[in-house]
Formats: sequence, C-alpha cells, structure tokens
Amino acid sequence: MTRESLVCFYTIARRETTRIFRIWVQTLVPPVITMTLYFIVFGSFIGSQLSGIKGFEYMAFIAPGLIMMSIITNSYTNTVSSFFSTKFQKNIEEMLVSPTPNWVIVMGFVSGGVVRGLSVGLLVSLVSLFFIRLPMYSFIYTAVFAFLTSFVFALAGMINGIFAKKFDDISIIPTFVITPLTYLGGVFYSISLLPDFWQMVSKANPIIYMIDGFRFGFLGISDMRVASGLGMLLFFAVVLFSINLYLLKKGIGIRS
Amino acid sequence: MNALSIKGLHKRYQSGLEALKSITLDVSEGEFFGLLGPNGAGKTTTIGIITSLVTKTDGKIKVFGIDIDEDFSSAKRQIGVVPQEFNFSIFERVEDIVCQQAGYYGIGRQQAQQNCEKYLRQLGLWEKRHTTARELSGGMKRRLMIARGLVHEPRLLILDEPTAGVDVELRRGMWDFLEELNRSGRTIILTTHYLEEAEKLCSRIAIIADGRIIENATKRDLLKKLDKETFVLDVKGEDLQISPMDQVSFIPLDETTLEVTITKGQSLNRVFEHLGSQGIEVDSMRNKTNRLEEIFMEMVE
Repeated sequence: MTRESLVCFYTIARRETTRIFRIWVQTLVPPVITMTLYFIVFGSFIGSQLSGIKGFEYMAFIAPGLIMMSIITNSYTNTVSSFFSTKFQKNIEEMLVSPTPNWVIVMGFVSGGVVRGLSVGLLVSLVSLFFIRLPMYSFIYTAVFAFLTSFVFALAGMINGIFAKKFDDISIIPTFVITPLTYLGGVFYSISLLPDFWQMVSKANPIIYMIDGFRFGFLGISDMRVASGLGMLLFFAVVLFSINLYLLKKGIGIRS
Repeated sequence: MNALSIKGLHKRYQSGLEALKSITLDVSEGEFFGLLGPNGAGKTTTIGIITSLVTKTDGKIKVFGIDIDEDFSSAKRQIGVVPQEFNFSIFERVEDIVCQQAGYYGIGRQQAQQNCEKYLRQLGLWEKRHTTARELSGGMKRRLMIARGLVHEPRLLILDEPTAGVDVELRRGMWDFLEELNRSGRTIILTTHYLEEAEKLCSRIAIIADGRIIENATKRDLLKKLDKETFVLDVKGEDLQISPMDQVSFIPLDETTLEVTITKGQSLNRVFEHLGSQGIEVDSMRNKTNRLEEIFMEMVE
C-alpha cells in the first residue's frame, strides 16, 4: 500500500465514520433501543420462564446472538445506505475523477460498515450487562468473529449499494434475506433442539456459523465446528471483496 | 506540449444513442479553450470521458502526453473538473468537501488544509467554511465546486458551464478569477452557453454539434468570418422609414431606435451621411448582439 493509497483510504474512512457519529440518532440509537427491548421481552419476561440451554440460562444464551444480530444488520445497512446516498447525490464522482484505486474505495466504505457494526455491537454488549453478567470464554474468538462478520456484511451491503437504483432497493435484501436468515440463525435457540431434517436445513444458513462462533467466544459452547465458521467467513470475505472490485472496475451503476 | 489531445473519440451509449461520432481536438498547454455547442451536442460526454465518468467506445485521449488507457491515475492527477450539476454531499461542510477531495488525490491532511484555505479565500468562501453545503446560495455552490476542482493543483482545469445560474456581478468576478488562473499558467477548458463569456475569456474556440467538431479556430480567426455587423442607433427624426442603401439595411425598432446591419468593410460615414440627408440625427450607437453568437447560430443551424 503506497502512502497515497493510505491517505485516500483514511479520507474515505474518516468521512464514513464522521457520518455515523454525525447522525448518531439514526445510526446508533435505534438498534440499541430495539435490542434493549429484546433483552427485556425475551430475556427477562419470557427467558425467566424457560429452562436454560446447554447449562447456561436463556438470557446468557441469546445475548451473544442479539449482539451479533445488531452487528450484522448495522454493518450491512451502513454500507448500502452510505454508498447509495453517495451515488444518489452524485458525490461518488468526487472519488471517481480522482486517482483513488477501486480497492481503496471498497475498503473505505467497508470500514464505515465495520465501525458502525462494531460500535453498535459494543453498545448492545454494554446494555446486556444490565441484564446479565456474560462470561468471556475467549476474547480472541469473540473479537475475530465480530470483526469478520461485520466485514463480510459491510462488503455485501456495498454490492447492494452498487446495484441499487432507487431507495426501495436498499431495503429489499435486509428485509427478505438477512432478517429471516438471522432469526433462523440460532439467535434464540440452539439448532441441536431442532428435528434432524431442520438441523440439516439450518446448516445451509451461513449466519448460523457466525452466531455460533461468536457465542463460542463468550460461552465456550457451540453447535458447529468453530473452524468451519472462520473458514466460511474468510471465504465470503474474499469472494465478496472480489465481486465489489469487479463491479467497480466495470463501472456498474456508477459510470455510463 | 498539448495539455489535451483527443483523437477519433467515439461514444455510443447502451441505449444506442451515438453521443460522439468522431471528435479530434488538441488543446495546447496554457490555452484558455472554449468548447461551445447546443444542448445535447456532446460537450458533457466529452468531459465525462476525459474525467473517467463515462467510458469511451473508441478513440485515444492523452493528457499532457499521458495516454489514459495506459496510466489513467497519472492523467487524472493533472486534471481538475468542475461539473455542470452540483455533485457534492449537501450534508457536509464546505471545508470537509474541499479537504476530502485533496485526500482522494493522496494529499496529506496538513497540505490539504493549506490548499483548501488558499482556494476558499480566493473564491470568497473562507467565512463559510463551517457551513453545510445545502445552506449555500447557488453562486456559492458553483464557487465551492471550483475550489474543490483546484485543491489538488491540477495543470488542466475543465469547467462545464461554471457560470450557469450565476448573477452578472458574480459571473464577472468568476471571469476575473479564471483569467488570473490562466495567466498563472493553468490550461483551462470551458464549456458555456454564454457566448459573451467565451468571447471574453477564450483564446481558441471549438464548436461541437451533433457529436462532431464543426469548427476549431482561434477567436480572432473565428470573428474574421463574420461578414456583417449590426448596430443599434438612438436617433431623432420625423420618419424612420429610411430609403434603401447598397450593402446596408435599416430596420426601425421604435420611434427613436434604428437597427442598422452593414457588410464588413463598408464605411460608417456613408451610413451617417445617408441618415443625415434624410433628416435623421444619431445620438448614440452600440453593437446589437454578441458577435460570436451570430457565428454560432450560423454554424449550428
């Protein structure tokens, strides 16, 4: 990486981060409120009536899943909305006319998604402390899963942003793909509780590996092989990054 | 050396529209070059290709000798662009917009801030540096885009209708600024609808119509092609129905104004004598229209 590329990256990353904290009422507050409600309703009200899962009380089991859910949603939403609004206001042209390399543009936007995903994740983790003292089995696993997941979903959000032509297009994938896969991704239950057939089906859902690996970092328990989760995240990171580069090189949605 | 060299540039959009048929154009270093043409002629497409916002179908472009197909990054460093439409984030502050642009060119924060201050001051926007772009007036937004286009100190500045919607006083201020930039050694390419602007600023002018260059000459050579001139005379006299005169036509506009068109090379004294002989006294006289406008209309029609 040359010094100039580093300056370009820093400029985009700084701009993205400033945006997140400038509109914090839209970017940071809503997910924290939503997750607080989840903690209250599912954790305290309903959870207290349930027996624990794998030796942990229900609240402790769902807390990592809820934190991961907010990381996934916010990383994705941040890049898709920021990239689309940059396209919509045409200020993407500021970058396109400059010598900024495409991979730096991708990394710059994605860094915004990662910052937002991890910031919200951290805030939700702090909120969870009001409800339960979460154990920390391995900080490294927790941090690696959190970082890679936010990176992968920020990359996915960028692809959505590149293709989006109108505001409706930025909410289709989160509503119809990411939310169902997250809810069915083992946030609220262990897939070992499902019948065999549904366990098989669940294993095709990549989000399950991410939540499972993240939960392993806190509780030291997992339904899947943690290495599979890590491998899958690295695979998605490489593939999605390459797709982004290809789309920018082709000028899809940004050059006529 | 040529600041810009375009050969056989062709653009066909996916819709099938052939925006550029074959553009060949050279702009010398240090020139103030005007690119004129009616709406839809291909001016903005040409600029889009030079600045990488539009992909070309065919042709070659060199910027200060650098082929954009071989090293677009180096070519881009030489170019500053001020587009026709506002293309900055309306939620960002003036200072941030300009400094970020420098950052996209790899210029470190400290240098970026110095360049930003220099151009915001020169363009009268320094006091507005903390204002978000949406709060600026139309003229300020135009000047913001000029500051942004200059912040990386390009050798070639391309302005696509920079004074559209700007009031007369501000426009003249921008003209002075651009002339000063050009005197300090920057090559400038300007597209404009205001032919008065091109006549005032540009040393060479190309006219583009229907995706082709139909004229490319120095301003002086272009104006030489004009064989008629029209004057508006404020006159006193009983009857403005003037008897005909060879190579001169008279059209009364109202009771005290007369429009006179004469073929180049004809003496104005003859006209005054002719009017005097019919009891018409001339109080004052002015050029009717912008001279370039007449040539332009002849060529594109």
